[in-house]
Amino acid sequence: MARQERRIVVPGDRLPPETTGPEEYLVDNGGWKTPAIVGILDVRDGKHVFIPLQGAYVPRKGDVVIGLIVSQGIVNWFVDINSPYQAILTAQDFLGRPFNPLTDDLSRLLRIGDYIKARVEAFDRTRNPLLTVQGEDLGRIVEGRVIDVHPSRIPRIIGKKHSMINMISEETGCKLYAAVNGRIHIVCPNPDSEAIAIMAIKKIEREPHTVGLTERVKRLIEEEKKVRGV
Amino acid sequence: MGKKGGQVLITEEGLRHDGRRPDELRQVRMEVDVLENADGSALVEFGGTKVLAAVYGPREPIQKYIVLPDKAVLRVRYHMAPFSTSERKSPAPSRREVELSKVIREALESVVLSDLYPRTVIDVFIEVLQADGGTRTTGLTAASLALADAGIPLRALVGAVAVGKIGGTLVLDIDEVEDNYAEADMPVGAAPDIGLVTLFQINGVMTKEEVAKGLDMALNAIERIVEMEKEVLRSKYARVGEV
Amino acid sequence: MSTTPFKIPIVPSIKRETYLNLYSRGLRLDNRDLYTPRRVEIETGVVEKANGSALVSLGNTKVMAGVKIEVGTPFRDTPDQGVLTVHAEFVPLASPTFEPGPPDENAIELARVVDRSLREVGAVDLSSLVIREGEKVWIVWVDLYILDHDGNLFDASMLAAMAALKTASLPDYEEYETGEIEVLRDKSQGPLKVDHTVVTVTTAKIGNYIIVDPTLDEEAISDARMVVAVDEQGRIVGLQKTGPHGYTREELERVLNISLSASKVYFKSLEEALARQG
Repeated sequence: MARQERRIVVPGDRLPPETTGPEEYLVDNGGWKTPAIVGILDVRDGKHVFIPLQGAYVPRKGDVVIGLIVSQGIVNWFVDINSPYQAILTAQDFLGRPFNPLTDDLSRLLRIGDYIKARVEAFDRTRNPLLTVQGEDLGRIVEGRVIDVHPSRIPRIIGKKHSMINMISEETGCKLYAAVNGRIHIVCPNPDSEAIAIMAIKKIEREPHTVGLTERVKRLIEEEKKVRGV
Repeated sequence: MGKKGGQVLITEEGLRHDGRRPDELRQVRMEVDVLENADGSALVEFGGTKVLAAVYGPREPIQKYIVLPDKAVLRVRYHMAPFSTSERKSPAPSRREVELSKVIREALESVVLSDLYPRTVIDVFIEVLQADGGTRTTGLTAASLALADAGIPLRALVGAVAVGKIGGTLVLDIDEVEDNYAEADMPVGAAPDIGLVTLFQINGVMTKEEVAKGLDMALNAIERIVEMEKEVLRSKYARVGEV
Repeated sequence: MSTTPFKIPIVPSIKRETYLNLYSRGLRLDNRDLYTPRRVEIETGVVEKANGSALVSLGNTKVMAGVKIEVGTPFRDTPDQGVLTVHAEFVPLASPTFEPGPPDENAIELARVVDRSLREVGAVDLSSLVIREGEKVWIVWVDLYILDHDGNLFDASMLAAMAALKTASLPDYEEYETGEIEVLRDKSQGPLKVDHTVVTVTTAKIGNYIIVDPTLDEEAISDARMVVAVDEQGRIVGLQKTGPHGYTREELERVLNISLSASKVYFKSLEEALARQG
């Protein structure tokens, strides 16, 4: 196995100059780098990588997110996407045709409290992110549940080449979609497998960077299945 | 020397009324993630002084006009609970609290990387639960820790402590009894990792030399305070990363 | 709640460059060097109805101070002392950014810094203000009125407060058998007892430069400011860092040295003005 060393780093700590990772969180303090948020410094084969354990979700164009309809305007909805910035979905986009507020009733299309799966169409931090539901698998979420986790955990929940999320799906029989903004949509065949899938997700959220996590999550699922007789 | 109102503040052996040496901190306790709802929170105690801080944001403000186009707006409220003092304190914000809210906000502005979140606000609420001297410095320390716990991007952590002058002797981390009789009280807040003093006040009479010596005492202690803050953050996340 | 200023005048970035360029040659836009305050003018006795008053100009900044002395009750923990209270009003006519209403955090900070700097050193002899111990004392109200804001309200306000206090007279009174006190406003029992003279020196940190007595433009481009209160013996009797940035340890040392030496200019102005008018 490759030599690997990991330690928690916090704001103000000095990072080796060659550290790579998300640029916005690697701050230049006048000649030396520090992590702006708490994370892990992963040292492997001489490579230093900073992995954030915190940080708000900031939308990027092209991201597929799961949003919650929180209010509506005359021709659009306001959508909570678990970000500092509230997103906007226009009725015209939702319908795929021009929208006339005099003849069409917005609240019959989507209700406050509905979840949608949508793609970020535009965002530059000067205006609120604009969403679209035009595309395959996008639109109102009609079945299953949505689980909230910290956005920084999503890459680990998905795993390398989808290994983690596929394993959970195979073991529980649930269909899972993990959106980058920290929301996971799950559709399960029965309440027991749903409960087990949620347990697995929460375990990863609690201990995302522990060694042998995939194995332990798998064991947890198997044990739970036995207990519940699934 | 140092005896007023029947209270001996500095003994002949150079010890203070609670047995501390002049350059000794009180018992310091720090805890993060103490509140469920807040995005980040911290409870910090310096002896009998207990301060809770909570952070919400970055988020879009309810009053949409309180924004800046190029960075987040920081809002800080320092407030004392009515039961935090010997005599009940009116919960309405006093002039002192207004001033300290400003001083604490300005001590945090230079470490918060507010340009990452334009058009948002970051709220820091500081509640003094029990006041036994050094509430502003304990509050600033708690605020820094709560900001870090909330994942607000920071250039460095801030810690703070006050130095007092009693009977001509400089003493670190004065409590209420000492503050009542001190000739001067000098609260200092700093981010030692980037070498910046971000909060600095003097209430009282000091010579230039005393100020310089007091600053050294405070900055020395702040290095230890910030190291404690880091340790608390590391241990919270240790289980997450098993390191 | 204290909020990052969000209604601030936009400073053209070229302005900061211009100033920094001048500083590098030891100059200011108004032909001063970095460590000299603007021209100080002090006029006392400007409001007859006040027990003491002064109008101070510091460059284009104008502050009026009025001292009113009235009878009141002492604080419970200091029955043997009178009371000194400082208030500041940012009068809307002084600046396009001042709004009518209760004092904001800047006005409160200004008043409290002036108040502490006077109080901690015992500038006014509060024990001389007792009429009947524990019951009746003189309350000295110092009201600072900002009339024109071109930067550095602290130094101008402290000069005005000091000039007004030093020229204030304590009114006479009559004590009735009922214990009631009547203030005889037209009769004086002598000057207010002022034991120490205090001035503040405000410096601004702009890039790597520390400059004395910033103008409004210089405040706008500054990173932070330091207000150092100094008494006639050269002791530091109060200090306040204000503004969003920080100072290195070395910068603090420089600020203290610069401030202590600049304080002499203010003491001289104050002394001359009082000698002329007193």
